[in-house]
Amino acid sequence: MGDPPPDPEPPSQPTSSSRNSQVSERRRSRERTRPLVPEELQQIPLDPQILRGSQEVLSNQSNLRGWPQRASLTPNENLVFQAEDPYVNPGFSAEVQPQAYLSEGRLQASHNASLMLPQLQQGEGNLFQQLESAYQGSPADLPGQFTMYQREDLPFSQGTQHGPYMRDDPTLQFSPSELGFMSFNMELPEPEPRELAVQNAKAYLLQTSVNSDLSLYEHLANLLTKILNQRPEDPLFLLESLNRTTQWEWFHPKLDTLRDDPEMQPTYEMAERQKALFGRSSSGEGEQEMEEETAETAVPNIMEKAFYFEQAGVGLSSDESFRVFMALKQLVEQQPIHTCRFWGKILGLSRSYLVAEVEFREGEEEAEEEEVEEMTEGGEGMEAHGEEEGDEDEDKATDVIPKPTWKPPPVIPKEDSRTGTNRYLYFVCNEPGRPWMRLPHVTPIQIVQARKIRKFFTGYLDAPVISYPPFPGNEANYLRAQIARISAATHISPLGFYQFGEEEGDEEEEGGAGRDSYEENPDFEGIPVLELVDSMANWVHHTQHILPQGRCTWVNPLQKTEEEEELGEEEEKADEGVEEVEQEVGPPLLTPLSEDAEIMHMAPWTARLSCTLSPQYSVAVVRSNLWPGAYAYASGNPHSARVPQRPGHYRDERPHGGGGAGPEGCPGAGPGGCGGRGRRRRGR
Amino acid sequence: MDAESLLLALELASGSGQGLSPDRRASLLTSLMLVKRDYRFDRVLFWGRILGLVADYYIAQGVSEDQLAPRKTLYSLNCMEWSLLPPATKEMETQTSVVKGRFMGDPSHEYEHTELQKVNEGEKVFEEEVVVQIKEETRLVSVIDQIDKAVAVIPRGALFKTPFGPINVNRTFEGLSLSEAKKLSSYFHFREPVELKNKTLLEKAELDPSLDFMDSLEHDIPKGCSDFPEVHPSGSILEDNGQCSGNFSG
Repeated sequence: MGDPPPDPEPPSQPTSSSRNSQVSERRRSRERTRPLVPEELQQIPLDPQILRGSQEVLSNQSNLRGWPQRASLTPNENLVFQAEDPYVNPGFSAEVQPQAYLSEGRLQASHNASLMLPQLQQGEGNLFQQLESAYQGSPADLPGQFTMYQREDLPFSQGTQHGPYMRDDPTLQFSPSELGFMSFNMELPEPEPRELAVQNAKAYLLQTSVNSDLSLYEHLANLLTKILNQRPEDPLFLLESLNRTTQWEWFHPKLDTLRDDPEMQPTYEMAERQKALFGRSSSGEGEQEMEEETAETAVPNIMEKAFYFEQAGVGLSSDESFRVFMALKQLVEQQPIHTCRFWGKILGLSRSYLVAEVEFREGEEEAEEEEVEEMTEGGEGMEAHGEEEGDEDEDKATDVIPKPTWKPPPVIPKEDSRTGTNRYLYFVCNEPGRPWMRLPHVTPIQIVQARKIRKFFTGYLDAPVISYPPFPGNEANYLRAQIARISAATHISPLGFYQFGEEEGDEEEEGGAGRDSYEENPDFEGIPVLELVDSMANWVHHTQHILPQGRCTWVNPLQKTEEEEELGEEEEKADEGVEEVEQEVGPPLLTPLSEDAEIMHMAPWTARLSCTLSPQYSVAVVRSNLWPGAYAYASGNPHSARVPQRPGHYRDERPHGGGGAGPEGCPGAGPGGCGGRGRRRRGR
Repeated sequence: MDAESLLLALELASGSGQGLSPDRRASLLTSLMLVKRDYRFDRVLFWGRILGLVADYYIAQGVSEDQLAPRKTLYSLNCMEWSLLPPATKEMETQTSVVKGRFMGDPSHEYEHTELQKVNEGEKVFEEEVVVQIKEETRLVSVIDQIDKAVAVIPRGALFKTPFGPINVNRTFEGLSLSEAKKLSSYFHFREPVELKNKTLLEKAELDPSLDFMDSLEHDIPKGCSDFPEVHPSGSILEDNGQCSGNFSG
């Protein structure tokens, strides 16, 4: 066929032509393209490689922008990009850059224009939109861009099946990438010198500097696009300023002054997470689910308790309480939980902890515990090796270093699960919607050390606890130890609510440790609220006291197991008689609060009516002065006599003899509350 | 918290676990209105609550036209009847610094503190134990003052200073954006500036005299004593001061 008519395109396609021009400008086509031969046009759809290539282009672009793939684009593309290019640089070979520059006056749709016109419009429109959007969509994604350029070349090179650049060669679909982004299994043909020159030139233009992501190629493309869009009168004269403007615009995306940019990403994420809380589990039919859920679940009625605590002036806001409820429900679904209770919230520096106290069903715990034990044993093995090596060195030295006679105090074994301090398992999460994490069991040494230090919680369970005396563990262990202390000190109930089970065993048999279990008293009739407020004798502890040793039941640390006795018999004889450890005794379970020791001439508990104006409907509120933030309520109504001691919101300074530096505190509460309400605690 | 937006502020600050029971809220709303009328304040703020052993003190502050001027502090035990507290002085501060422990909750309670004072009797100098009585009211006043000085925080842009001196509320202040709200530099200590004069000229050049007339939180020592523990789902951020923990600013 002859050359394509260099005439202005039919006026029926103004938009597509402008798009043509834009696209082609970007291409910076540098060579002439020969007109499309009709036979070639027919060949094109048949050539599987071409289709593949163009499909790849399409898929690439559709991946970028989600446009539907259009196989019919193929023939259109071919039509479009043939034209005379007035900007052709004759030095470049045609294969690599067959992109045609279309001046506004030209349309390559030569003889087939009339036939392909509607398709062309459609195809062009879409293609250009795709390419435009793809182009603008990833300015910073240069590698992607390069591939995009490369691949955009494909259909064009295929379409213009003329002369030297059209080869029936699979490798030509993917013009050898100058930058090596595409790795192919096919062999690349030896590039001709002109081709090589083109590649080199393009590579040079595409490189970006350290200072910016913008390459010269892109910038020139932008500039020419801008010029062709605006069509100023004397472009050469304005070239400098246009250059500046284009550069500036690249780095300053136009902001819409009328609409706000969407901000607040973190809150969106949080909302997403919390939305998951509200979704119901999708298994089962609707009716079945309702029935199951109305049956007893382990999740307590948080909202009711929140209501009562609100009367007392304590608590989270109602929507947060509800979210906590949903989070607990989620926990119950995930873990094999028998009973569950919302223990409270501990405030931390960066994040807070929501703590849930749970009991697993029988037998469920063992698997997880074994894992934990294995890990600790592994650690101990390592330490043993270290000691052996140290011994060897000592022997080699000429001077025998006297071995220190100090022995670390015997490690007191931790209590078994479901007994004493490890009676309950604790799960924590940072906020409703986040996953629940299980806290490890607490060891006596951790409790003992936790009594000596005051540290804020950061909110991250794996944060180290750097203190003096050193705390054996990370924040998770510290948190667990404080939870244990708080629970032991502040879980209280009205007198008579719990009673000892009718057991035959005497107290003496258990070594004077007292009973460690209780059950609800079915005959409990409730104590009038006024009486509850008047005297502390009406309240009792229902958790075991933690002995100074760090456990609830006393263990003689000097009692050695059989293995140890065999190894250390000699030492034992020497030590015998020197240390005699007294058995530590604590107050037995269900001791009334009136027996609690005073703290610095101050009663350890404060009891009030929630509302003095309406005493007949108010609840009795008991507040701990030792652990600020621990509250208990009881209403006179025996049906709601449950006293979920809610050691609420802990923060900060537990009054402890001086120690600890600066603003450290263990979970004491934040009675200082909101907006400047302060409880001024002076240290002791 | 401003008496007018009390409920909203209480809701937002509830993350710390401290709140007010419904009866207190209701009585507060009513009585603060009356306080504003009686004392002719420009704004009445509910400062907070100080817990005592026997009873709690509820504190309110009244603000006149100039925002930074010393405020009048009132206290109440039942959120209904308010009594004015005397302004704080330095002597009060030194006097009450010896008292430690919780507040009793009874404003007439007197703390006894024994001091060893040197008494000159003629030529002899000997130490005598003197029992000093400190009223709880005094202690209350100085404690509130100290807390305010340490931790009262205000976001940048909420107040502006006119060339004539008085400091006014910026009515066009709509709050900080989320990214700004997380930075310590967008908050100021709400008190007379102490460090501002010590800044170098270079630093001062960047400041805007109408907005930056108080100390920023950025330079507090120890670092990180004020932190942002949580972002409320509604997007407000709670700032928690570590030194006087329990002090939350929304």
